[in-house]
Amino acid sequence: MTRDKGLRPVFLAAVLAALLVVLCLLSIALGALNIPLDQVVRTLFGHPDSTRVENVIWSVRIPRTALGLAAGAALGLSGALMQALTRNPLADPGVLGVSAGASFAIVLSVAVLGVGSVLGYIWFAFAGALVASVLVYLLGGLGRSGQTPVKLALAGVAVTSLLTSLTSAIALTDPDALNRYRFWNAGSLADRDGGVVLQVLPFLIVGAVLALSSAPALNSLALGDDVAASLGRRLGLVRLQGVAAVTLLTGGAVVAIGPVVFVGLVVPHVARVLAQQAGIGPDHRWLLPLSAVLAPCLVLTADVIGRLVVRPSEIQAGVLVAFIGAPFFIALVRRRRLAEV
Amino acid sequence: MTPSPSVLTGSSRRTFRLAVPPVSGVLRPRLVAVCVTLAVGAFLVFCWGVAIGDYPVGLADVMKALAGSGDPGTLLVVRELRLPRAMVGLLAGVAFALSGALFQTMTRNPLASPDMIGIIEGAGTAVVAGIVLGWDGGLSTQALGLLGALATALLVYLLAWRRGTTGYRIILVGIGVAWMCTSATDFLMARGGRFQAQAALGWLVGNLNGRDWAQVGPLAVTMAALVPAALLLGRWMRTLQLGDDLATGLGTPVQRARLALLLVGVGLIAFATAAAGPVAFVALAAPQIAQRLAGTAWPPLVASGLTGALVVLSADLIARTLIPGTELPVGIVTGALGAPVLLWLLIRANRAGSGG
Repeated sequence: MTRDKGLRPVFLAAVLAALLVVLCLLSIALGALNIPLDQVVRTLFGHPDSTRVENVIWSVRIPRTALGLAAGAALGLSGALMQALTRNPLADPGVLGVSAGASFAIVLSVAVLGVGSVLGYIWFAFAGALVASVLVYLLGGLGRSGQTPVKLALAGVAVTSLLTSLTSAIALTDPDALNRYRFWNAGSLADRDGGVVLQVLPFLIVGAVLALSSAPALNSLALGDDVAASLGRRLGLVRLQGVAAVTLLTGGAVVAIGPVVFVGLVVPHVARVLAQQAGIGPDHRWLLPLSAVLAPCLVLTADVIGRLVVRPSEIQAGVLVAFIGAPFFIALVRRRRLAEV
Repeated sequence: MTPSPSVLTGSSRRTFRLAVPPVSGVLRPRLVAVCVTLAVGAFLVFCWGVAIGDYPVGLADVMKALAGSGDPGTLLVVRELRLPRAMVGLLAGVAFALSGALFQTMTRNPLASPDMIGIIEGAGTAVVAGIVLGWDGGLSTQALGLLGALATALLVYLLAWRRGTTGYRIILVGIGVAWMCTSATDFLMARGGRFQAQAALGWLVGNLNGRDWAQVGPLAVTMAALVPAALLLGRWMRTLQLGDDLATGLGTPVQRARLALLLVGVGLIAFATAAAGPVAFVALAAPQIAQRLAGTAWPPLVASGLTGALVVLSADLIARTLIPGTELPVGIVTGALGAPVLLWLLIRANRAGSGG
């Protein structure tokens, strides 16, 4: 790579990082109470203008922004990872059954145990996500010839559909469970206090480390199983690491903000186009971080707009993510010949 | 030239060539056997479904009533109450599965199913909006679903059109549109009242309860036209599977073939969804199950359709009998029934070392 071309990825990264910082500041500043940006900055550096502003910023806006940032990045990363693992551009982070497992566990915990709060069912949801994902991994690898990407994806789809059926069955017979489920299902960053972020953050960090460190192996995997194996990659280990990362990332994000898995499907496509433009090509060492930065941009934008359009009420971020992300995505699909995975 | 067939024997397939009339093709005994078994199974489950209920009818009487004889009471029960439901199940099952097979073959992707490119989601949004907001404009759920499905399909195709279109672009645009529709549905579900949400969910999982001939009619007419079309298009479908360039080289009019395949697939899924709701998983799973049963390298159309019918009819049978006195929506059972079958086939394929 020549020096001239080498500059462009750095420029791209700088632009995206700046965009993300601006969005974070906006997310802290805007809402039912608009706080001027200079006050936001002063409060962040420990010189608040009033205790009211300080309270709003530290106890509402910052946890919410942090949640959007963390969950968004997790969804972007796990989407890119999932598409690489299954070598299928249509795979989303929910393909391993993670979000269906979480949904099922939430409905079950409300219906059977009468759990009522987000903090109450977060552990059930996480357990459900984990169990579903392990089940898919084991089912996808049964037998002599072991896993192939197609089998893993199909096993995931089958388990997802099984769990979705059971979720609907419970939700149809238990109005309370349906009530909880439909609000969680729409996907939102609202009413999550700092506790939710802190509880899921360790999982997300471990997942992110696992994901980012598997990038070189994913590059080999893209060449096909045989080539990857002859390049010295231990396929089973790479897949195990990938599945573990997807489970932690998607599980953490989904229990915190709802099953907004579409973000993880669409963002890697955008990342691929950007990478192509910057002359990097489909290199997962770039694609994974790019997806991890683009996804929270989308989630935060949706959340901020959702707070502004129907003030003082809100539209769930999960809903607006679609209405912002989808037109952009469609325009992109129309404009460019998307790099096929 | 003699009309005698020259037969090349193979382990699982035979080719034949007739000079007069000039026909050649491949015979696959296993595929034929699978189709016959599935057809017999679907017919038996169909009759069984008509036989059971609050007023049980013997299987022999069902056959007689289907043929048009028997005592008037049985005739009424069978023809007016039970038959429409079974017919919707049968036709919708075939339609979902055929449509799924068309999409999966065309895109060469087992995850691509008409469930994910916005058509079903569009129908869902229209119906849920009708239930939650009361925007039904006097239309039935069925008409709303059909309008939603067709409008979304048109939107996807127009958005994907740019000096021609590719299967891949249609799928990606479809995913974008599906995403918006799903979110709108989730939003409406969260916004509506409890009972409206429950009614909406009852439709969203796919349901055969209370179907009458008004639902069967449009679906049957559409399928009478589209199923033969799908089978005729099978040839083009197989060449499209090789990629656009190769398909053009083999003489397939790529754009027209793709448009025709899409129209057929969308028509099937739209009318089936309008009649039965988005019955979960059949479109994705049935072609994959059929492919593994028949041991072919692509989803076989006829076997897929029969598998779909068998899955939906058996699921409805289970849904009606599982909890006495309650009729579960069929969509709950298709998911729970189709998943283990697909998983079992996946695992078995692994053991045989024959690949996915």
